[in-house]
Amino acid sequence: MNKQNDMLSPELSPEALRKIDREVAKYPADQKQSAVMAALVIAQDEKGWLSKETIAAVASYLGMPPIAAYEVATFYNMYDLQPVGKYKLTVCTNLPCALSGGVHAADYVKEKLGIDFNETTPDGKFTLKEGECMGACGDAPVMLVNNKRMCSFMLPEAIDKLLAECN
Amino acid sequence: MALIDTISPLLTTGWSKGDAGWSLKDYEARGGYAQLKRILSSKMTQDELIAEVKKSSLRGRGGAGFPTGLKWSFMPKAAPEKYVVCNTDEGEPGTFKDRDLLRYDPHSTIEGMIIAGYAVGAKRGYNYIHGEIFDIYQRFEEALDQARAAGYLGERILGSDFSFDLFAHHGWGAYICGEETGLLESIEGKKGQPRYKPPFPANFGLYGKPTTINNTETFAAIPFILGMGGEAYLNLGKPNNGGTKLFSVSGHVNRPGNYEVPMGTPFAKLLEMAGGMRGGRKLKAVIPGGSSAPVLPADVMMECTMDYDSIAKAGSMLGSGAVIVMDETVCMVKALERLSYFYFEESCGQCTPCREGSGWLYRVVHRIEHGQGRPEDLDLLNRVTDNMMGKTICALADAAAFPVRSFIKHFKSEFEYHIEHKKCLVDPEVQRAGSGFFRASSVARVA
Amino acid sequence: MLEIEIDGKTLQVADGSTIIEAAHQMGTYIPHFCYHKKLSIAANCRMCLVQVEKAPKPMPACATPVTNGMKVFTHSELAVKAQKGVMEFLLINHPLDCPICDQGGECQLQDLAVGYGESASQYQEEKRVVPDKDLGPLVSTDMTRCINCTRCIRFTAEIAGFMELGQSFRGEHAEVMPFIGKTVDTELSGNIIDLCPVGALTSKPFRFSARTWELSRRKSVSPHDGLGSNLIMQTKHDRVMRVLPLENEDINECWLTDKERFSYQGLNSQGDNGRLTKPMVKQGGEWKEVDWNVALDYASHALRDVAKTHGGAAIGGLLSPHATLEEMYLAQKLLRGLGSENIDFRLRQSDFSADGHRRGTPWLGIKIADIGRLDRVLVVGSFLRKDHPLIAQRLRQSAKGGAQISVLHSADDDLLIKLAARAIAAPSQLPAVLAQIVKAVCQLKGAAVDAALAGITVSTEAQAIAQSLVSGSNSGILLGNFAQQHPQAATLQALGHRLASVLGGSFGFLGEAANSVGGYVAKAVPGAGGLNAAAMLKEPRQAYVVVGAEPELDCADGAQALASLTKAAAVVVLSPFKSQAMLDYAAVLLPVSPFSETSGTFVNTEGRVQSFYAAAKPLGETRPAWKVLRVLGNLLDVAGFEFNSSEDVRAEALGGQSDFVSGLDNGVDAFTLNLSATVNGFERVADVPIHFADSLVRRAPALQQARDSATPTARMNAATLKKLGVATGDRVRVGAGGTATVTLSTQLDAGLPDGTVRVAAAHADTVALGPMSSVLNVEKA
Repeated sequence: MNKQNDMLSPELSPEALRKIDREVAKYPADQKQSAVMAALVIAQDEKGWLSKETIAAVASYLGMPPIAAYEVATFYNMYDLQPVGKYKLTVCTNLPCALSGGVHAADYVKEKLGIDFNETTPDGKFTLKEGECMGACGDAPVMLVNNKRMCSFMLPEAIDKLLAECN
Repeated sequence: MALIDTISPLLTTGWSKGDAGWSLKDYEARGGYAQLKRILSSKMTQDELIAEVKKSSLRGRGGAGFPTGLKWSFMPKAAPEKYVVCNTDEGEPGTFKDRDLLRYDPHSTIEGMIIAGYAVGAKRGYNYIHGEIFDIYQRFEEALDQARAAGYLGERILGSDFSFDLFAHHGWGAYICGEETGLLESIEGKKGQPRYKPPFPANFGLYGKPTTINNTETFAAIPFILGMGGEAYLNLGKPNNGGTKLFSVSGHVNRPGNYEVPMGTPFAKLLEMAGGMRGGRKLKAVIPGGSSAPVLPADVMMECTMDYDSIAKAGSMLGSGAVIVMDETVCMVKALERLSYFYFEESCGQCTPCREGSGWLYRVVHRIEHGQGRPEDLDLLNRVTDNMMGKTICALADAAAFPVRSFIKHFKSEFEYHIEHKKCLVDPEVQRAGSGFFRASSVARVA
Repeated sequence: MLEIEIDGKTLQVADGSTIIEAAHQMGTYIPHFCYHKKLSIAANCRMCLVQVEKAPKPMPACATPVTNGMKVFTHSELAVKAQKGVMEFLLINHPLDCPICDQGGECQLQDLAVGYGESASQYQEEKRVVPDKDLGPLVSTDMTRCINCTRCIRFTAEIAGFMELGQSFRGEHAEVMPFIGKTVDTELSGNIIDLCPVGALTSKPFRFSARTWELSRRKSVSPHDGLGSNLIMQTKHDRVMRVLPLENEDINECWLTDKERFSYQGLNSQGDNGRLTKPMVKQGGEWKEVDWNVALDYASHALRDVAKTHGGAAIGGLLSPHATLEEMYLAQKLLRGLGSENIDFRLRQSDFSADGHRRGTPWLGIKIADIGRLDRVLVVGSFLRKDHPLIAQRLRQSAKGGAQISVLHSADDDLLIKLAARAIAAPSQLPAVLAQIVKAVCQLKGAAVDAALAGITVSTEAQAIAQSLVSGSNSGILLGNFAQQHPQAATLQALGHRLASVLGGSFGFLGEAANSVGGYVAKAVPGAGGLNAAAMLKEPRQAYVVVGAEPELDCADGAQALASLTKAAAVVVLSPFKSQAMLDYAAVLLPVSPFSETSGTFVNTEGRVQSFYAAAKPLGETRPAWKVLRVLGNLLDVAGFEFNSSEDVRAEALGGQSDFVSGLDNGVDAFTLNLSATVNGFERVADVPIHFADSLVRRAPALQQARDSATPTARMNAATLKKLGVATGDRVRVGAGGTATVTLSTQLDAGLPDGTVRVAAAHADTVALGPMSSVLNVEKA
């Protein structure tokens, strides 16, 4: 199966399912639904974003109603319900970050990439998101790359360096 | 960057080696897990343990400041299935202490949770970790593996009759999960919409079972309290405000970061530890307990000591210990707009006053900031906040209201200026310079 | 008990009560939206905030438990300020265009806004717009009006048993919705219309057709399943525009099934298959509309001729179990007056061997309201969720409360009930498995094992069910429609009765139709020497009187019914509807009132007598069937037909019984068990789909678009598909031994036993297959 098909298929890979199983094992046997947040992250990591088919597949794997999984996918704002670029940059613009340049950092990225929040560069490489507090205000301005990598003290030089590293 | 400066380090003793000092062997070398071993080998009773914690006067470090020992004593003894849950969903703007606690010393929290499990009779625990700090979640999982391998977690811990296992659960971007019942819902795989209380978690918590839920810093303090004795810990701070506390200092200071100081330390001292005001500029205002706490003007703040009672007396809250420092380059309308947007975005949507009111507040503040304010807007904002506060299941509506009320109360003239002149009292160029983003570079100005 | 004070008045309330319950107990209204007595507490609308002494903040009355000595103020300044504040928030994003809203005039938000709203709003920002959702053919949405009370969500999850709706996104962006691309398909979906306190969810069939104040209201009783749900029929110009539940805690609570709520559309059906509004006779093969006297004359002559020439036994009477007590009573009296004992209303039954051994009228065995008190339940042979949705709902709540529900059936449909144990077996095996359960229970209880059961081996599944049953203290055995239609129904009855007596529990039948008990009360069953419903079709009669039924769809063997009716010299049909089949076999069509246009009585499955009046005038030249039968009785000179009103008929039929009928008894005496189970071939598992079960619902267009009205398929499990060498979706030719075959698509149904094929009955597509219980041959088409 080629990669393209793999991305479109709601089926999760055996590896993803193994990861989900590991999460399920953390909870009491009759509480599989507890693993839905982690399972959706695993699915998002594999598929790039969460289509309704992917959400339904996760719900079915965990034996929960699809709308219950959809509620979760739409409640927590790091789930991507639309395709995003290869690098999703989330800039914190909350007050503590803003005091140290969070908003300016976002403006700087917008200018450099030529996109606004919630937009993706035409080459599909970058998507820019506005984030809320990431719990790292002492390192302001902070940015997340693809949800899982926290970048601190994102002054112009650091941003330039980060963007250059992203290939 | 592992800070930093402390007075009588306790929680931060293990931080000195930065990212190189977090693992089990480092923790053990610092005397880690000794308290757990002592409790198990001496067969300390649950009541003795809780009494010791009560003696310390430790109050919940997540924001509400509820006495920890008392909370533990609420757990029904007979219930067969109970849980201990740690709240590391650190999303209160300005707060970043728990992240560093788990980054530099995850085992103190683990040990604290195991001891809590012993004290309340729980066999299972979860640590709910803020989604945005995924690397910390991964480190915590590693630390759990280490603890499990060493026999500190699992069946019959260290050969005793006590069994306890602990797991990490990560969030994925919802401030409201920092509210304890929202967090429990989230662990159950649902939206993090807070539950109406009563029943309280001690009776109806995770999966409907009795649950003790505490902040990371609270759990992390437990081994130290037991190590030095409750009374000695209490004496580090002030009566009713025992021990040391981590303060996350952010904003316009030279050295933002976490500072561990005894409760009751003067704010001026804390500010000095954080390197003083950036660029030597003048202090304008401080939010002393995370973004939900009312803002205090500089003069009031400079008179405060950092403890629950002093800050409360000044009209704010110690909250989570997040100290957001603002200098004279800050436009208070714009600052409030940012906070109001945050609460508008993070309202869970459950209760009418918060779902509808948080958006109303934001839109009005936004209008004022953008030169479309009306003279009646300030009264309107106060009236809307009045209808929100105390009318909802959880405190998010209050959290959205407090900044609005306190910003208007203390900086009314700035708001009036905005409404009347349709622009900011603080020159935009001054504001721009204030962030320091453009300080060390020659980058062209961006839009 | 706790003592509290509300607005200065003292009252005693039960421990665990909330303030709102206490207030309702004393008749004090506290405004609310999200609270509903049948749903979990959400406490999210905040409309019910009240002042509680010593509490610093106003408390939600719906979620605050009463404590002893508590003082509550529902109208104090603090309370009213809080309530008004909440009302303002509710209205800022709610459209203020009540005149164009379908809920106008019956909207809780509108009503409360009058009391708690201000005349002008200070909200000057843009209002929120929420996209509408497609919830299917029954429920219309106007989601911008939604106040996010989440009642509809809680209903689907808690009452209907599966969360089909949710609140997605958060904060101000929160939206109530089904999963993307899904509709709300529960058989109870219409209740969310009633639950919605605003105009967000409204009835699609009723939408914009009338205002609430234009409608006349009449109480009525559902003519569908045996529950006898209480209805409010709403009419405008003698047309039923809408049906709503009439709350009756002992029967339907505050719910209705979609069938009960939307079948009224069939009352207004038109065209070739719609309402019959003029008497018609067939002369020389041509149908003519005639005057009533001509038609009645024609009908009475036809029957008199047959009776004279061939004897009364040449006439058969097929009565719909949905006909009223009065109609059935007069029909049987008429037939008996003509000398025929061939009378039956049990049209889908195939085993009548209990007749003559029955101790009394088969019934539920307990009161409906007591179903919730059973702690162990075994449901035998029932498509429970679709055949008895509101009883399934009661058992669903019981299961949540700790009751153990078990199932013995030939299909493993998801009942959305947590089951303690289940045994799924081919139809032919049901008696044997039930016998195993009886044996296992006898052994567990230390009771003597009946000789007939001595040799059988108890399976693991039967043992598990038995163990669940004996572990309780109040058990109930319920036989569903499938068990009653089973070719060994009497054996199942005898076993069920035996099982209940060993357990010391109750035993009963889930009544298939509105008058499944009433038919017995009306004596609409064959007397000595008479033929039952199956026999009078198997041994064709010269003439038939058909009351309210469409035998080709309503009988156990529709093909045989069609053949016998077609062969008969005279078929007199009393029906509210016409159909092509009727035009083919009938000699005279007499347009009679459906339940909405006549007074009448249904005796529900618990034996409760429920009478109702007409909600509307008879359509066209339609006349109430009891009047038509009375005139026929008069024309045929049958004695005892001097009735002036339907009440007279009822009085004679009930013979003094009033609220509940007597003579209810599910016992069978001196009956030999038939445990044989030799079958070669694919056994048919025939369900009667919820929206095809009777002539009214079959004609309700919106219901016919619902998912429950899908075209019948040949359902089978993976092993059976494999054995037949077909894939799901393939077309197969299905026959039942005769020459007729039907071609159906296959569908995978993992819940079916090996070697069974599920083909729905009561549908035009499958009539040709013949008996509901049969062995099928299936081959790829």
